Amino acid sequence: MDSKTKAKKKFFKGNAFLYIGFVITAAMLAMIIVSFFWTPFNPTEMDTAAKMAGPSSVHLLGTDNLGRDILSRIMKGAGTTFLISVCVVAIGCVCGIIIGSLCGYFGGIADAILTRVCDTITAFPAILLALVIISITGGGTMNVIIVLGILFIPSFARIVRSEYARCRNLNYIESARLMGASSFRIIFVHILPNTMAVLLPAITIGFNNAVLSEASMSFLGIGVKPPAASLGSMLRDAQTYLRNTPWYAISTGIAIALLILGFSLLSEGLQQAARREE
Amino acid sequence: MSELLKITDLLIHFHNAAPERNAVDGISFSIDEGDILGLVGESGSGKTVTAMSLCGLLDVKQADLSGSILFQGKELVNCSEEFLLSLQGDEISVVFQEPMSSMNPVMKIGLQVEEALRVHTKLSKEERKARALQALADAELPNPEEVYNKYPHELSGGMLQRAMIAAAIINRPMLLLADEPTTALDVTIQAQIIKLLKKLNQENNMAILFISHNLHVVRQLCERVAVMQRGKLVEEGDVNEIFRNPQQEYTKNLIAAIPTREKRLS
Amino acid sequence: MKYVIKKVIALIITLLVVSFLAFLAFQIIPGDPTTRILGSEATPEMVAALREQMGLNRPMLLRYLDWLGNFVRGNYGTSFTYKVSVNSLLADKLPVTILLTALSFIITGVVAIPLGILAGSVKSKIIDKIVIIIDQIVMSVPAFFIGMIVCFLFGILFRLFVPGQFVPLETDWRACIAYLVFPAVSIAIPRIAMTVKMLRSSILNQLGQDYVRTARSRGNNRRQYLFKHVIRNAMIPVITFLAISLAEIMTGTIIIEQVFTIPGIGRLLISSIGTRDFPVVQAIVVLIAAWIVIVNFAADIINQVVDPRMRNR
Repeated sequence: MDSKTKAKKKFFKGNAFLYIGFVITAAMLAMIIVSFFWTPFNPTEMDTAAKMAGPSSVHLLGTDNLGRDILSRIMKGAGTTFLISVCVVAIGCVCGIIIGSLCGYFGGIADAILTRVCDTITAFPAILLALVIISITGGGTMNVIIVLGILFIPSFARIVRSEYARCRNLNYIESARLMGASSFRIIFVHILPNTMAVLLPAITIGFNNAVLSEASMSFLGIGVKPPAASLGSMLRDAQTYLRNTPWYAISTGIAIALLILGFSLLSEGLQQAARREE
Repeated sequence: MSELLKITDLLIHFHNAAPERNAVDGISFSIDEGDILGLVGESGSGKTVTAMSLCGLLDVKQADLSGSILFQGKELVNCSEEFLLSLQGDEISVVFQEPMSSMNPVMKIGLQVEEALRVHTKLSKEERKARALQALADAELPNPEEVYNKYPHELSGGMLQRAMIAAAIINRPMLLLADEPTTALDVTIQAQIIKLLKKLNQENNMAILFISHNLHVVRQLCERVAVMQRGKLVEEGDVNEIFRNPQQEYTKNLIAAIPTREKRLS
Repeated sequence: MKYVIKKVIALIITLLVVSFLAFLAFQIIPGDPTTRILGSEATPEMVAALREQMGLNRPMLLRYLDWLGNFVRGNYGTSFTYKVSVNSLLADKLPVTILLTALSFIITGVVAIPLGILAGSVKSKIIDKIVIIIDQIVMSVPAFFIGMIVCFLFGILFRLFVPGQFVPLETDWRACIAYLVFPAVSIAIPRIAMTVKMLRSSILNQLGQDYVRTARSRGNNRRQYLFKHVIRNAMIPVITFLAISLAEIMTGTIIIEQVFTIPGIGRLLISSIGTRDFPVVQAIVVLIAAWIVIVNFAADIINQVVDPRMRNR
């Protein structure tokens, strides 16, 4: 066994959360990637002969009220949910890092004000603020991404800020400054890599929240608009036919729960690993 | 005077330690009633572990304990949980190093001082309070009534340590284990606490096992001293004798570690 | 006392800022509000008259103060869609949501605290592992999916209630509560899991503290030092968390009301967003926001009451 796999083994050892979270997330991602090239059926094709059919060897998870294959729809829907989450986390994370690092590194009045604003925003549930903004701008995939992305900035900014405020006065940063490194270089080359221990769990928990928020909003009918479908909007459809096709709601709900569970376990495991490093 | 505590071949091994490394490696000593024994050694020498095993605070799931600890003629090694609980806070009390963290932050001082009474006696609330006020006064705290109703964060370290001592002596124990009780305090407060312990020892005929890494402090309080190194007892005897004529290199080093000004003072 | 006064002042300022932002947000809506009321065929004179009547020509700050004054007096404006006062729309919906929130909160507290204490004090390592894994799984299931499972199991399979047939409070309050228990449980389940996780780790953290050793040295047995010392300390952060839960649960009702077709303010909010009925949206949002701010304030005060270390500030 080479040393790299050994290190990996040590990383996972005794960290059941990280291990299970990794397996679940990897399985879900594999399913999503496959769905971009291949699904068992065309997810929008209606099989009029097999409406509301239960799970069978042909349709593994059955069909919906229009005779569409549920497994194929879940694969596609999970892809939509995941892509939206990627965009949301990317916006939140990148903007959060920029704002948080500048605030934490330079401090001052701007920092005090922005910190206060971030604290206030995070006191409100993201879904409520998203509803307010969506009610003004209107729904749709693009708006959901932008709104959630913006709402995710404060939580990232807060985490990054506190790390930068902590690192700002450490010896090796001082010496980098004495060596004549520019502030830009110190912020992004010297300090940023050191925030990974807190940033990685934050990103995974960000995915967790993004999936939940997107699913909630699409479930409320203000997210993804038909014919596009995400797991949340599918669950909304499934609710209408809960009596006739309970397998639709259950399998869609489980898909959402698995995505969230994978990310939450990963985050939990990464935090444990970071704690053990100390 | 009769023998209060007799330890023979005490051996303690933590499960997570290397097989050959015993935290306490076969030590034997005894304490008579009303006696004060100083136990010195550097950190990691096994002093605290020894003391914790005496009062049953050693986690038996994490360590193997063998040998014999006789307290008033009764065996404490592998004794029943109930017997240990009946001794703790009644016959044997402990004063710890950090008074601030050793106190429950959300409980009034008075209630913590009288806790041993709550556990071991059927005294009424009023009687307990009266005893607690008396104990606080015995520990030379000004305004016991006021201190009784305060929370730990409202007192200074020295005051808190006095309150801790009051809590430890409230049930008139036969043995007080003092685990570095003065280490976290200022030098002037240290001397006061030492004086207080000496007074309590004489008034109540309460034996004290005084643990410290500081030989100078030990000399102020104890008649007899035992020196520990890496789990073993390397030297034992009269404190002045050992100061004058240390047998072991280790003891010499410990004495040499005392700042010269303090040495001259004592 | 000084601390409380300072906090009350901060509370009032926060409420003002939040209400101003909520006011501002609905000022930048694309389109003229008069068009909405008069339709697109109104003459410029009619528009001007209405603008004057609505006070739209006055400075923004004055309009805000007017609006705030009306809001505080319970005058929330007129719904675009229903052409009635928002006040009358909310009158019978607000109690339902409040009842649902209260029920859910009570269930969360009553179930989570004993469970958390149990989870934190269990000695067996295996049971502990199982508990935290189940806990993590339960935390990951969104409340609205739990709601659908509850509908399916207890509504459709066991027929304990009829999903969608809500009984209004004034018709039969007992039947109403019996119906609301199911959505309340659905919101509560993930919150219970979170509270249990928090209480468990809080207890474990406290068990490692020095004062526990002191308590043991006085002859307290495990039950005594757990209940007299550890849990009291471990509850401090959990109480704050539970108080803030009241805000999260209120937000959770917005979604769960869709699942169980409950005519509360959440359902009204979502349908009003759909029809772009801004006065209704604004009123509900400001009410919920005020609720969240007040709950956070209460959490601060409670924290100060239960933790003596916070008092002397």
